[in-house]
Amino acid sequence: MRLALFKAGDLLIATLLAASCFGSFYFLWYQRGQASHVLLYQHGQLVKRWPLRLDSQFALHGPLGATLVEIRQGRARIAADPSPRQYCVQQGWLSRPGSTALCLPNRTAITLEGDSGHDSLAF
Amino acid sequence: MTHWRSDPPHATAHDLQLARLAAIGLALSLLESAIPSPLPGIKPGLANIVTLIALHQLGWRAAAWVSLLRIVGAGVLLGSLFTPGFWLSLAGGTGSLLMLGLASRLPVRYFSLLSHSMLAGMAHLAGQLLLARLWLIPHDGVWQLLPPLMLSSLLASMATGLLTLTLLEQHPSCQAKPLP
Repeated sequence: MRLALFKAGDLLIATLLAASCFGSFYFLWYQRGQASHVLLYQHGQLVKRWPLRLDSQFALHGPLGATLVEIRQGRARIAADPSPRQYCVQQGWLSRPGSTALCLPNRTAITLEGDSGHDSLAF
Repeated sequence: MTHWRSDPPHATAHDLQLARLAAIGLALSLLESAIPSPLPGIKPGLANIVTLIALHQLGWRAAAWVSLLRIVGAGVLLGSLFTPGFWLSLAGGTGSLLMLGLASRLPVRYFSLLSHSMLAGMAHLAGQLLLARLWLIPHDGVWQLLPPLMLSSLLASMATGLLTLTLLEQHPSCQAKPLP
């Protein structure tokens, strides 16, 4: 088999694409940045935007009762919730930008927001 | 000798050639759907060999026909017509066809089919992810899928590109002949 099937430009494109592939691993997986704010939602509406560096507790009110949100040491979690399956409580502490805990039966949710206000790259 | 009159009389030789190429692509698609994949969405994309051959030998319009016929045909045969998987496939196919249209204008002296294949693979992924972000999973978390999918897409498109180059080089019978 002749090895000269492909041409110089092919190598250039392969190199560029391989580099952007590694770049995507680096920027999207390895270096995701720090979460800076937590967004609190109630009935699908944003009710509060709170900086993660300030420890605090909030109660969100839904049809089933109160969802308790706890913010401590730059992380946030749902500390207590009346939803029957407790999915959002079991998610535990959230610390990365874009992570979300959703208490659907009680129609409450929290989401973490990154430093720059967006947590991803769109091409 | 039995004479088969299966070809409709108004189909031109060009139509038949496109249909033949699409059928080969369809066979490769079906074959590939039987291979178990470690992750949904990661597969070699062997049918793209046929699209590349059509592009190289017959031009962009032929490649578009062959690719779109194959996508719809695979949807019918696999029972996935008009399911999200089908639309993702169509979005990927459209993206890669648009990119092939651009990439085939690259100077032939420096860029071969391999470049076309790699660029089209990236555009395929971009089309699929955009559709997924806009329609199926409207959340920015979708971009987290980009790195592994990009890696697999790059490897697969390199493999199909090299395979196509080798086929055209060593087996001239694979060459779809341009019709007058």
